[in-house]
Amino acid sequence: MTLLHWATVSPFLLAIFIPILYKYTRSIHTGWFVLVLPLVLFGYFLSLLPITSNGGVIHETIPWVPSLGINFTVYVDGLSLLFALLITGIGTLVALYSIYYLSKKTEKLNNFYVYLLMFMGAMLGVVLSDNLIVLYVFWELTSLASSLLISYWFHREKSTYGAQKSMLITVFGGFAMLGGFSLLYVITGTFSIREIIEQADAVLASTLFLPAMLLVLLGAFTKSAQFPFHIWLPDAMEAPTPVSAYLHSATMVKAGLYLVSRLTPVFGGTPEWFWLLAGFGIITLCWGSISAVRQKDLKSILAFSTISQLGLIMCLFGLGSATLHFDPTDSTTKFYATATLAAVFHLINHATFKGSLFMTVGIIDHETGTRDIRKLGGLMAIMPVTFTVSLIGLAAMAGLPPFNGFLSKEMFFSGVVNATTLGIFNMETWGFLFPVLAWVASVFTFVYCAIMFFRTFTGEFKKENYDVHVHEAPMGMLISPVILGSLVVIFGLFPNLLTYTIIEPAVTAILGADVFGGEANIYLWHGFNPELFMTIAVVAFGTLIFMNMKKWQQTAFYLRERDPLNRVYDSSLDWLIKGSQGITRVQMTGMLRDYFAYMCVFMILLFGYTMVRYNAFAIDTVNVSVISPYMWVLTLVFIGSTLAIPFINHRITAIIVVGVIGFLLALFFVIFRAPDLALTQLLVETVTVVLFMLAFYHLPELRKEKFTPRFNLVNLFISIGVGGLVTLIALSSFALGTEAGLGTISEYFIENSKELAGGYNMVNVILVDFRGLDTLLEVLVLGIAALGVIAMIKLRMTGREDV
Amino acid sequence: MKNNSFKSNEVMLHTVTRIVTFIILSFSVYLFFAGHNDPGGGFIGGLMTASAFLLMYLAFDMDSIKKALPFNFTALIAIGLLLAIFTGVSSMLAGDPFLTQYFRYFQLPILGETELTTALPFDLGIYLVVIGIALTIILTIAEDDA
Repeated sequence: MTLLHWATVSPFLLAIFIPILYKYTRSIHTGWFVLVLPLVLFGYFLSLLPITSNGGVIHETIPWVPSLGINFTVYVDGLSLLFALLITGIGTLVALYSIYYLSKKTEKLNNFYVYLLMFMGAMLGVVLSDNLIVLYVFWELTSLASSLLISYWFHREKSTYGAQKSMLITVFGGFAMLGGFSLLYVITGTFSIREIIEQADAVLASTLFLPAMLLVLLGAFTKSAQFPFHIWLPDAMEAPTPVSAYLHSATMVKAGLYLVSRLTPVFGGTPEWFWLLAGFGIITLCWGSISAVRQKDLKSILAFSTISQLGLIMCLFGLGSATLHFDPTDSTTKFYATATLAAVFHLINHATFKGSLFMTVGIIDHETGTRDIRKLGGLMAIMPVTFTVSLIGLAAMAGLPPFNGFLSKEMFFSGVVNATTLGIFNMETWGFLFPVLAWVASVFTFVYCAIMFFRTFTGEFKKENYDVHVHEAPMGMLISPVILGSLVVIFGLFPNLLTYTIIEPAVTAILGADVFGGEANIYLWHGFNPELFMTIAVVAFGTLIFMNMKKWQQTAFYLRERDPLNRVYDSSLDWLIKGSQGITRVQMTGMLRDYFAYMCVFMILLFGYTMVRYNAFAIDTVNVSVISPYMWVLTLVFIGSTLAIPFINHRITAIIVVGVIGFLLALFFVIFRAPDLALTQLLVETVTVVLFMLAFYHLPELRKEKFTPRFNLVNLFISIGVGGLVTLIALSSFALGTEAGLGTISEYFIENSKELAGGYNMVNVILVDFRGLDTLLEVLVLGIAALGVIAMIKLRMTGREDV
Repeated sequence: MKNNSFKSNEVMLHTVTRIVTFIILSFSVYLFFAGHNDPGGGFIGGLMTASAFLLMYLAFDMDSIKKALPFNFTALIAIGLLLAIFTGVSSMLAGDPFLTQYFRYFQLPILGETELTTALPFDLGIYLVVIGIALTIILTIAEDDA
């Protein structure tokens, strides 16, 4: 285990001690113990920054299941380090924020911090793993931790609903992803991402390329809340706000983006990858931003806003992957790689401003008791710090200068505009859609940012709307949003602070080549170009729409808040439960005769099919023995009495006829020269008839003797089928056995019964000597049967007694 | 086993039973010993013995037969099984596989040259188990009044 491995699993190790710390140090908020770890980890990952900035990588392996090619390999390059810094950095701030957000008196902090640390460790594992299976394990752990955190207030129905929904959707995707990983293993013979990237050509040439890609993308899309799998994210807002800020804005929802960017060197450069990513990304972007406008709850707005921003990043990753189609070292390629650069930059920016926005919304919720924009208003003067941080965050999200959102939005516009000139993948036909849709989505983004801002902070303060005394949050709660807010400004004013240290190495890792060659520059002011005019138009149109809000506020579009896709989810879940219950009800009738019919029908079909399929029917009349007249008579009587049983109305008569059949069988044994069998059969049959009589004697008085066998055509067919099939199999096996010349081992017994075992009764010698073990176990069966009878009759337990 | 209000005199049945039981028992013992060379054996012998006992139970009342046959039939199952298993294990002590049977001819005082085999105790075990289970099952059901 290297230091890096310890760093990855350290959150899990700390999580073990949290319940103990919680129990024995009740006076100190448990969060303080947690806070230290992400801070230390953040510092540690920062110390790795110089290595990746210079293009270096760290690659450490410890074997886990080496025979299956599964090893706990950590791989640090620009991309994973970027995510690791996000996870630990924002993790630190969220831990700090949660200390003031969650009361140590009323909340179960031990649960909260165990889940949070579990999530942090899982997330670090996802971004640092080089092995696909290890990545999958951590991936599912994030799903699990996320569900636990969403249902943190598990006594609320909405929390458990949201947790179940997110679990079902993300685990569905995760499972599909595992399928994709397995296919990649089938193609390349390795689980290591490094080695798969080296064999990228083999993957592209394989027939399994498309299924593998689709399955992996299903995992990425469900995790990153892409259309139409985004519906779990708004319902996940029932989680405590620190969780929403951490998981559902900055880290977990970006796991899908991480996976997509990580596997771009494998799948990138193909039209399928390009169109799926860019297409779904742009649809998600528009859908999310339009849905966000009509939300009335602050966290719901942020949830849909997160969805739309994730779509934006996904779209950019898709557009950027086109770079791999060309020679990466070519100077023109830089032009298209802008999209990837923008994606990475926006990824960072989104984590900063969205994290701060969630925290400020949490503060508003905490201090006013509501998140409903119809109740809020006029908080500007009451909460000056919250107001300032929100303003910065919202301006960045809307894409206004001089904040970092402006820069990434401009780069996004250049990315989509550049992409129209690609000239491959049918972009000359459909490429114009990207700038148009991107622009429309940006207008709506501007509108919901404006709604959030003006509805919360401006207007009139109505005291009667709040149950609590409204005041500014305590210092501790404000530290984290203020830090994130400052980062928004700093990254906006000095974007190149990040460019060479983090963004460029990440882009290099995604595109697999140093495209920019250290010349990627991000400027706050880049002259009068189409992108700037697009932004100006966005602001103008957005303002226009917001000004006319009163008009469209009454339309059905605004009033219907829930995403229509939820109806699909709810009804399909309903249908699934009802359908499976229905199917179970149809087949599990609870009646023994139905199950018996199933078994018989299945047997007929299985054996019948096998016999027909292998043409195994054979009837041979040459090798049969001569049948003597009294055998004919006996057989006819035997068949006659058997056929009579179903038509007998009286049970007692039926018992006697069954006895007759038994005695006839004994007679058969006599004829076929089996004296031991005949003796045993006679005695056993007598005992059986006596026991039948006993059972008959104890039948309840009611309905006595009123027994008419009911006629059922299906049963008739089934029984004829079973009888016919068994007869045919017996005849065929006899014929085929004779044909194949299968001999008998009885010669050996005949010869050796006296010599080896000293007895003339061959049957008995076989029973006690040659195959004595069978006899031993058969009497054991008899003994158990006797004990069973005793237990059933003597132990009369009532109610819920137990032995 | 219904309790009638008056007791009928079943002297015929009692007398016949007294004689027949001995015949059946002797026959069952014959069947048991004949098994090695002629039809018969532990299973049939056991069933036959059980039917002799049953006849006694049918003819007389339960209590007196319980006094006459003071066996615990359930324990008989265990004894029989143990006997059969030990016969098998004994061959292992001699270094042979489980359940290897041996036989040898001996000159016995009255019977003359007789074959003695380890299959006999094994068969005896089966004989005891069969008696045990047949009587256990039927008596348990018969005694059940509930």
